[in-house]
Amino acid sequence: MNATPLLQVKDLRVDFAQGKGKVFQALKGVSLNIHPGETVGLVGESGSGKTTVGRVILGLTEATSGQVIFDEEDITQASRARRRDLGRDIQVVFQDPYGSLNPARTVGDTLAEPLLGDKSLSPTDIQQRISEVLQRVGMPTDTAQRYPGQFSGGQRQRIAIARAVIAKPRLIVCDEPVSALDLSVQAQVLNLLKELQESMGLAMLFISHDLTVVRHVSHRTVVLYRGGIVEQGDAAQVHEHPQHPYTRALLAAAPVPDPLIQRERRTQFEQARQALAAAT
Amino acid sequence: MLKILFHRLLMSVPLVVVVTLLTFVLNSLAPGDMAMTILGADGTREQYEALRIELGLDKPLMLQYLSWLGQALQGDLGVSHFTKESVSSLLNPRLGVSVFIMVGVLVVCLSLGLVLGVASALKGGWVGRAIDAFSLVGLIFPSFWLALVLISVFAVTLRWLPATGYVFFSESPKDWALSLVLPIFSVAMYSITSIAKQTRDAMNDVMGRDFIRALRACGLPERSVIWKHALRNAALPVVTVLGLVMIGAISGTVFVERVFVLPGMGSLAVSAALNKDILLLQGVTLYFTLMTVAINLMVDLSYGWLNPKVRLS
Amino acid sequence: MSALAYNPPSFIRRLLGRPLAVLALLWLLLLFVLSVSAPLCAPIDPLEQDLLALKQLPSAEHWLGTDALGRDVFSRMVHGVSITIAGVIEAVVVASLLGLSLGVSAGYFGGMWDRCVQQYVSLVQSLPTMLIMLAVLAVFGQAMLPAMVTLGVMGSAGVSRVLRSVTLAVREELYIAAARISGLSDAQIIVRHVLPRIAGPVIVQMSLFAAIAVIVQTGISFLGLGVAPPAPTWGSMIFEASASLNDFPWLLVPSGGVVALTVLSFGLLGDSLRDTSTESWSRPAVRQGVKARLAVKPQDLPEGVLLSMRDVSIVTSSGQTQRTLVKGVNFDLKQGETLGIVGESGSGKTLTSLSLMGLLPPGVHVSAGTAVIQGEVIDLSNEKRLTQLRGATVGMIFQEPMAALDPCFTIGHQLAEVIRLHGLRAAQVQAKVIELLEQVKIPNPQDVAQRYPHQISGGMAQRVGIARALASEPKILLADEPTTALDVTVQAEILALLRSLSQSRQMAVVLVTHDWGVVADICDRAMVLRHGQVLESATVVDLFHRPQHPYTQALLAANPHSAQPGEVLPTVDDKLMDITGAAA
Repeated sequence: MNATPLLQVKDLRVDFAQGKGKVFQALKGVSLNIHPGETVGLVGESGSGKTTVGRVILGLTEATSGQVIFDEEDITQASRARRRDLGRDIQVVFQDPYGSLNPARTVGDTLAEPLLGDKSLSPTDIQQRISEVLQRVGMPTDTAQRYPGQFSGGQRQRIAIARAVIAKPRLIVCDEPVSALDLSVQAQVLNLLKELQESMGLAMLFISHDLTVVRHVSHRTVVLYRGGIVEQGDAAQVHEHPQHPYTRALLAAAPVPDPLIQRERRTQFEQARQALAAAT
Repeated sequence: MLKILFHRLLMSVPLVVVVTLLTFVLNSLAPGDMAMTILGADGTREQYEALRIELGLDKPLMLQYLSWLGQALQGDLGVSHFTKESVSSLLNPRLGVSVFIMVGVLVVCLSLGLVLGVASALKGGWVGRAIDAFSLVGLIFPSFWLALVLISVFAVTLRWLPATGYVFFSESPKDWALSLVLPIFSVAMYSITSIAKQTRDAMNDVMGRDFIRALRACGLPERSVIWKHALRNAALPVVTVLGLVMIGAISGTVFVERVFVLPGMGSLAVSAALNKDILLLQGVTLYFTLMTVAINLMVDLSYGWLNPKVRLS
Repeated sequence: MSALAYNPPSFIRRLLGRPLAVLALLWLLLLFVLSVSAPLCAPIDPLEQDLLALKQLPSAEHWLGTDALGRDVFSRMVHGVSITIAGVIEAVVVASLLGLSLGVSAGYFGGMWDRCVQQYVSLVQSLPTMLIMLAVLAVFGQAMLPAMVTLGVMGSAGVSRVLRSVTLAVREELYIAAARISGLSDAQIIVRHVLPRIAGPVIVQMSLFAAIAVIVQTGISFLGLGVAPPAPTWGSMIFEASASLNDFPWLLVPSGGVVALTVLSFGLLGDSLRDTSTESWSRPAVRQGVKARLAVKPQDLPEGVLLSMRDVSIVTSSGQTQRTLVKGVNFDLKQGETLGIVGESGSGKTLTSLSLMGLLPPGVHVSAGTAVIQGEVIDLSNEKRLTQLRGATVGMIFQEPMAALDPCFTIGHQLAEVIRLHGLRAAQVQAKVIELLEQVKIPNPQDVAQRYPHQISGGMAQRVGIARALASEPKILLADEPTTALDVTVQAEILALLRSLSQSRQMAVVLVTHDWGVVADICDRAMVLRHGQVLESATVVDLFHRPQHPYTQALLAANPHSAQPGEVLPTVDDKLMDITGAAA
């Protein structure tokens, strides 16, 4: 793993105005790094600000203060034109497989979008790339002519992943990519993401509320609580030996699919919750 | 709630200014001006010029408007060059008629419109279709045509109600009421339909929402679910439409007052336009705009009262 | 992996399949033809007065009769078409172009421009239309064009409002964000994504506005403005009809009729366009009221069983075809026991629970099935009986806690409503409200009771939902994915709450979920549903440790929570292949 991080977030603060002078502090000074080829899992519950981090990196939300540095370039205040070029390096997979594809356009049309800005590609090149990437994500070749409405949630998410990787980006922000999928399909999508990352050398920011899912795909884990980082480190370390009371509470709260073990864990959760209440 | 009041009054100032300025400018563009109309064909050039200066027509347009506005704020709306009476003295007695019609339309379209809309939403099948057909009448026929049909049926044929003319309340309350029935219904037909349609759409939308299912699951009687919970939530979009509908009703009164020969502001507006009586038309516009402000205010306050999210913020 | 082979018929074909739309289009087409060929279609001169044939009813010579001056009514009507059509076109073009540009730009770009446009729209919509028209007509008395252009400008406000909200809805979609991230410019996004979505609403608005334009235009000519006399117009015909009201009311019919037909056509066209573009594919099912078979006798049931469901089948009808959503579901439930119904989306688990309440969505109904509750046998298609059971016997909590509360009433009010169904006096009701809120462990219950739903969090809203369900002291509680929409820490608390309540009140709980962890936490027994059928039903310990059905085994194995970190996650297809040795 490279020494220089691909993405650096330095002391990021994001405030949202709520009318009448009130301000909601979504992020209160968050710093993290992502190295090339590395997956960083960002875990938190609602109100933690995890989605906001992703949105700032993607340029969808403005930072109030702090820096986002991509490949040693400060992109915090990047212009619209610069953001358009960045679209080839930084891509996204959203949570909702139904809303992230335009139902009125064919899959091929949607997949072509990230390539439109690249003037060096001819229409034939683009078609070629679309076929390649569809094969890569395990979808049949005639997918490009069909409409999203003809596919299931899991299949649509594969298409969304295809759109994310077609321009060969270096960093993908995955915002809860499997939370809206059935359990039987989650494993397939997670496997796909992992496999693509390894073969393409992608860096990933994997945002989720589910610590266990994050554990599977991440090299390092960052735990976010109410706009601030409470713990970060090697994924195995954070998961097996959590230090902060919130991380412990989070781990204890997640029910384990084994009734006998779960029964014991209930008391653990009670203790963890009381410890958290005392600490905050 | 006071905030809502204040906000709406603030927003109304530009409205009044724009409307009166617009009519002022348009009127000033009319071929031939006031002086010419007063003098007629056989005035001399010197008389014409003198009259222009006397009437202030030689000053720039903006100044003329501002002087009109200044006087209007003090209650003086000028003198109609056509009838030589003061504009306010022409308008004030007519204000009552138009207001009565508008209030009547409001009452009728709210009561009938809501009931029809709810009935149409809840009872599909032939009841719904019958209501749709009835509502259609209000939508597709012009109000003045409906007025004529109503006159033909109720006044000429059945002789239950008067065809034209207005009786003041002080003379005979009974005849006053009778003389308003047909005009109010002629204007209201369109409004009833709009309200019924909006109510139906809103009810259908609300009835599909989760909390309706949850309330039923609690064992709440169906009448409570519909009349208390669903209607209350459906009222919000209906109220916003109500404002627009009432503003549309103002246009309706212009026609209907003509057909029924009622001494209201609407009929006066038409005569003023035909006679190019600028100041009178200005005055009428001002009065109607103030009426619009009152309508918007009532809508805002009602919406604020109905919607807790607005009321508490 | 098969994709649905599903290509809907084109928009035009669907539109032409609606008889009313076709009629409307035909009438409008007829008008258009008449407007350009009036002298051909109505050869009698509209101005010619036949003083020997005044006020005549329709005859072979005069198809629609004659008016007070002996002029042929039909001819006057046909010659008036072009004026109406011209006026409508003028107004609609102005309203659409202006409305489109204002609405789309305001909706897409937002910010200061959006606020300005909204103020402008608000102002214009408050203008008294006829008065402005009168002012315009005072200036340009004999010309229709300026008046119709003014009407168009005023109408553009309403049009832009509608288009703005459609644009806003599109702008919020995730695929717009994805397009922006992929580097598309605003112009590209508007052309690719916004305009196609806008096309439908624009045409609908144009249609509806055309209907209004016809009426206004008729009104103007009714007042004697806009057109130089003695040219025949529909409005002037109505005016002439008013003059002959006493002795010849017939004139009202053709003059009003032609206006009404035209307005109706525009309106129908607009409605049909709107319905065609948003219609779903199944028509609402006709309720079939099938009598469910009595599949069990109460005395056959084991001891202590509170609820028993037998042979429950649920179908949905669309036209001729019926689709089975749930087939032959059976289960028993004892007091104080929690049963989990586990399955993925489309397994029918939610429908099974809703069938007990008689709250199936429209178009879906029970085709067979009985429930036995405390010894009483109930036919599940007997909605009346099921309605009586709601609240006091069977309670329910739902997946979206905030959406399950009426936003217009306070928490306390909604709780009190349900409590009052049991005849408590006013003072007691208030106390019971607080007591219920305390039972679901809500802090500061007096304060919360005064709040509105939008002022509390999701977790608290679900506690309120539980409190409301408990208010009637039900013996059975149905919980439809009650924690899916909540954070995991909140979920743990809610599950703990449900557990303690079920024990303290000896309530039987049916918990519908897709989350195996939840099943492991709170359920005593569970059954696995797939495509509407029960695959397996057992105690929780047996189900997790000794699953029998291959599908259950595969699901459990594919759960990321059970897998070893670092390894490739086993997927359902893989596992089914391993176990059964054949393709899934």
